[in-house]
Amino acid sequence: MQVQSYFSQLDSLDGELATLNLGPTHPATHGIFQNVLKMNGERIVSAEPTIGYIHRAFEKLAEHRPYNQITPITDRLNYCSSPINNMGWHMTVEKLAKIEVPKRAQYMRVIIMELARIADHLICNAVIGVDTGALTGFTYMFQERERIYEMYEEVCGTRLTTNVGRIGGMERDFSPAFHQKLKTFLKSFPPKFEEFNNLLERNRIFMDRTIGAGPIGAERAMAYGFTGPNLRAAGIDYDVRVMQPYSSYEDFEFIIPVGTQGDTYDRFMVRQEEIRQSLRIINQAYANLPEGEYHADVPDYYLPPKDDVYTKMEALIYHFKIVMGEVPIPKGEVYHCVEGGNGELGFYLISDGGRQPYRLHFRRPCFIYYQAYPEMVKGSMLSDAILTMSSMNVIAGELDA
Amino acid sequence: MTNELIHARIEQQRPGVVVRSESAYDNMLTVETTREHIYNFLKFLRDDEQLQFNFLTTLCAVHYPDDQGRELATVYHLHNWRQNFRIRVKVFLPVDDPHIPTVTSLWPAANWMERETYDFYGVLFDGHPNLTRILNVEDMEVFPLRKEFKLEDGTRTDKDDRFFGRDGHEGREFE
Repeated sequence: MQVQSYFSQLDSLDGELATLNLGPTHPATHGIFQNVLKMNGERIVSAEPTIGYIHRAFEKLAEHRPYNQITPITDRLNYCSSPINNMGWHMTVEKLAKIEVPKRAQYMRVIIMELARIADHLICNAVIGVDTGALTGFTYMFQERERIYEMYEEVCGTRLTTNVGRIGGMERDFSPAFHQKLKTFLKSFPPKFEEFNNLLERNRIFMDRTIGAGPIGAERAMAYGFTGPNLRAAGIDYDVRVMQPYSSYEDFEFIIPVGTQGDTYDRFMVRQEEIRQSLRIINQAYANLPEGEYHADVPDYYLPPKDDVYTKMEALIYHFKIVMGEVPIPKGEVYHCVEGGNGELGFYLISDGGRQPYRLHFRRPCFIYYQAYPEMVKGSMLSDAILTMSSMNVIAGELDA
Repeated sequence: MTNELIHARIEQQRPGVVVRSESAYDNMLTVETTREHIYNFLKFLRDDEQLQFNFLTTLCAVHYPDDQGRELATVYHLHNWRQNFRIRVKVFLPVDDPHIPTVTSLWPAANWMERETYDFYGVLFDGHPNLTRILNVEDMEVFPLRKEFKLEDGTRTDKDDRFFGRDGHEGREFE
């Protein structure tokens, strides 16, 4: 607070302060958002974020789309971990329609979601490395992310905007190629990841740059609505996967890493450990992958196999009704949340029984915690502010909806 | 903790503040109050030693154009992290007088949530430090998430729902 009063004093001195536009398109912001910074030399006196550059009115769009067509919208929220958004949405609809998903589909979802979490955290942490001047680790980790994207392709045919899974389960079973790729990944990834870890974790330069950069205390983080790795770095062990287990997360053993300082280094370390824990979960889910169906037996919601559509009357009718958005949807309101890459991703859905939601509100973790950014960078160096932003993992798609 | 216990505690400590209470479709306790009480009620929910709803999960609005005098609903989701329990609080406002006190002094997180709600629905949060548009352009004149604004050009006829035996949102009952 002392720093603050010192700078507000400076504010009155003529010609001492410069206004700096960081963004909207700036390579260091890793996304399109603007910060108008008031600078005293290299120190930040105040920051004023402007957001909304890629606002696409998702909540309005969702009111005009049948439930299955909303999944592609969720892809574009946090596009670094689209599968988690997709599954979160499917589970919300399943909660509304009271669909019980078979155990195998739940485990398959867990595997895909944890792969997505690894991909998400890999990008964030590798980019923290880049912003401290270590590009090499980034290039190695991008190769590993590529392996994950190849697995997405095997499951759903796409890489970034995945649209994976369906209401009622998965769209298809894991292919033999997926099994092969996952087995290879589980073997080859950990040593490479530890190599990346060794480059940074105890690296003097990296530690000097990140320790104490952009800190936030536990109380403040909670008041600001922080969730996910950023909250855990501040020392609160809140994780939706444990607090309100969905998709059988209660079956798996994993720990929730927490930090103590809530600074950039802690955020980095929390994500590093979460990657290891995600691997642990995938190993458990894959080793115990139950036999059985990969989707629920709900012909009202789940598309029949294409062969049947061409040959069977029943299947054709269901196919037509689902494609035309004529599925039975109960009236009611539900709130469902999942642990997204950045924290609690919530879906508040109000249905009036129509074929589209009456109202769908996304609780986007980025949008809520990014408002703490001016407070976190006040009084710090510009280079620390850049680091703080990358370590918060603000994803423009999720920020602006 | 159960919905009944929370409800009893509220009734005991703040009688008459809650005008309607139900267990919603997803079994979350949903209570309705008025804008006169909302600030103190949320403060009570946050600070009461038994309830401890410490975390503001999300805040949004819903538009019910046909509900005269109650067109805009402001919805708060609170979460008690210690006992892992949630509550939903609603306040209904008339669309021609959409004033409600801000809760930014209780949770700084409410700042942008309220700005977004204002941006989308035009709910006016009295006492907000900077109630301006956040996602849409500043010179926008309408509140785009209100139901009267159609997503597409209203003169288009090729996507008329009536051709498919439907009439917008007047959906069927669930069989």
